[in-house]
Amino acid sequence: MLLVVEQLLNGLQFGLLLFLLAAGLTLVFGIMDFVNLAHGSLYMMGAYFAATFAAWTGSFIIGIVLALGATLLLGMVLEYVALRHLYGRDHLDQVLGTFGLILFFNDAVRLIWGPAGLSLPLPAWLTVPIQIVPGVFYPSYRLAIIAVSLVVAALLYLVVMRTRVGMLIRAGASNREMIGALGINIRLLFTLVFGLGAALAGLAGLMQAPILTVQIGMGENILILAFVIIVIGGIGSIRGAFLAAIFVGMIDTLGRAYAPDLLRHLLSPTAASTAAPALSSMLIYLLMAIVLVVRPEGLFPASKR
Amino acid sequence: MTVMFNVRSVVWALVIVSLMLLPLYSSVSGNIFILTLFTRIVIFALAAVSLNLIMGYGGMMSFGHAAYLGIGGYAVGILAYEGIGSGFIQWPVALLASALFALVIGALSLRTRGVYFIMITLAFAQMAYYIASGMARYGGDDGLTIYKRSDFGGLINLSDRTQFYYVCLACLFGGIYLVWRIVNSRFGLVVQGVRSNEQRMEAIGFHANRYRLVCFVISGMMCGLAGALLATNTDFVSPSIMYWTRSGDLMVMVILGGIGSLFGPVIGTILFLVLEESLSQVTEFSGIIIGPLLLLIVLFARGGIDGWLGRLRRG
Repeated sequence: MLLVVEQLLNGLQFGLLLFLLAAGLTLVFGIMDFVNLAHGSLYMMGAYFAATFAAWTGSFIIGIVLALGATLLLGMVLEYVALRHLYGRDHLDQVLGTFGLILFFNDAVRLIWGPAGLSLPLPAWLTVPIQIVPGVFYPSYRLAIIAVSLVVAALLYLVVMRTRVGMLIRAGASNREMIGALGINIRLLFTLVFGLGAALAGLAGLMQAPILTVQIGMGENILILAFVIIVIGGIGSIRGAFLAAIFVGMIDTLGRAYAPDLLRHLLSPTAASTAAPALSSMLIYLLMAIVLVVRPEGLFPASKR
Repeated sequence: MTVMFNVRSVVWALVIVSLMLLPLYSSVSGNIFILTLFTRIVIFALAAVSLNLIMGYGGMMSFGHAAYLGIGGYAVGILAYEGIGSGFIQWPVALLASALFALVIGALSLRTRGVYFIMITLAFAQMAYYIASGMARYGGDDGLTIYKRSDFGGLINLSDRTQFYYVCLACLFGGIYLVWRIVNSRFGLVVQGVRSNEQRMEAIGFHANRYRLVCFVISGMMCGLAGALLATNTDFVSPSIMYWTRSGDLMVMVILGGIGSLFGPVIGTILFLVLEESLSQVTEFSGIIIGPLLLLIVLFARGGIDGWLGRLRRG
């Protein structure tokens, strides 16, 4: 029972992390109609920046803040130099162009930081387990991830729904030409939104960094999960991305935790240990297939253009 | 001069003749490396041709085509592992398994359009990747070594380097011929019609998705064949054969050569793999060059090499 609480929290934490990644992806897609495969690279860069800056400054917090700024800047530069020329192009062109960027980033990172992974050590005050329910201790760092992600999600909601910039973002999503014609600097808006998405991806990457190692290609598998999430949630919908991300995070975590035990009741122990990892990885894709059969536009499709 | 004698036709003829004479050159010069490199190229060209069938003519942007490479490869590998060595069983099973997978994936994916389709096919291919990684009996992540190549009685000996090259080349030419016949048939015209205007085709009374699905399955089978050849070529099959970047590579080959052109994918494959090979000898960080190059190609060279050749018309 206590283990269940822990696994649920793990699922929530992973889901929230996925949301940060998916939010940037779906925001960029919803507003600029742009598919960005290199989003996973920004996630990776966030982690590398954090590990590097933290080692330089000797402070975890300063490292994180610098890394966030660096990822934001990198995203904006990337948008300004290359990606804005791909807006309005075929989705296929965008997929291929950003696929090229993935190849570039992977090898550039290997050139700069070397093939071995980095690690981002936690400060002492984040390593103490916290007692959440009597008898259940949970790593404080994972709780911090949950808290930060929730705050960021709430801020994102407030910015998009309650501020002038958010109003422009929503207007851009429903009709790009019109808000350009109304005298809004749409290019600047796009660069800002892209930078915001990059920073969110970077935040997800650097928060994941102390849990896993910082390594090349770390953004690729999680990027595909983020794609699955925005497909399930409905492309362009932040609310859909949030719910789908929590859902996928839960399924992935609980599947990994309990599929082996469940299968052991049905199959022989060896067959179960073989099939379980494959099954838990497949569960998400099965879920996506079911959603697509029932609602091809996703669960919460954004407004039609 | 008529269209028959444009630069494009000359280049194609040269490519075909060079591919056919390559083993001769290899044995005369003693350069075995070039034969093994081009065996790989010919196999990937077949995969690219199959992808071009659905991407170029059908308008279906599959980002999961490498899955069929894996399925074809694993069909051969698993049967060989279980002691069924006959190619007359292995290869039809490879084709059938790819067709079945394509049928299921296609039926689900074709409910969606555009960028959803790209992501769905990607996700399903990743699913296949994880399944392969989970098959502990067949090596899991480490892959499966094929100790004995498919046995075709006394008909062909796949272990002979030259014979195997010609088998691959025959499959490639057969694939191109098939695509050519499909594209110019009534079926192919319907598929292309659906690509240009689905609603209109539906209004005329065609079930657009049925045509798409059949096209998708044919393409999957062709790529499955390429997978069987690829596994035979390396005597090895592992999940990495269908990692998603492989699907991206296949897309690049098609776009580079010229999407929706019959021979374009072949040129694209040759260019991509030769570039990759030569860069890997110069630097181990080839992505730093290939990546931005890809971006530039997407930005500036629309229609790929084939489109460019078409514009170089002489006379």
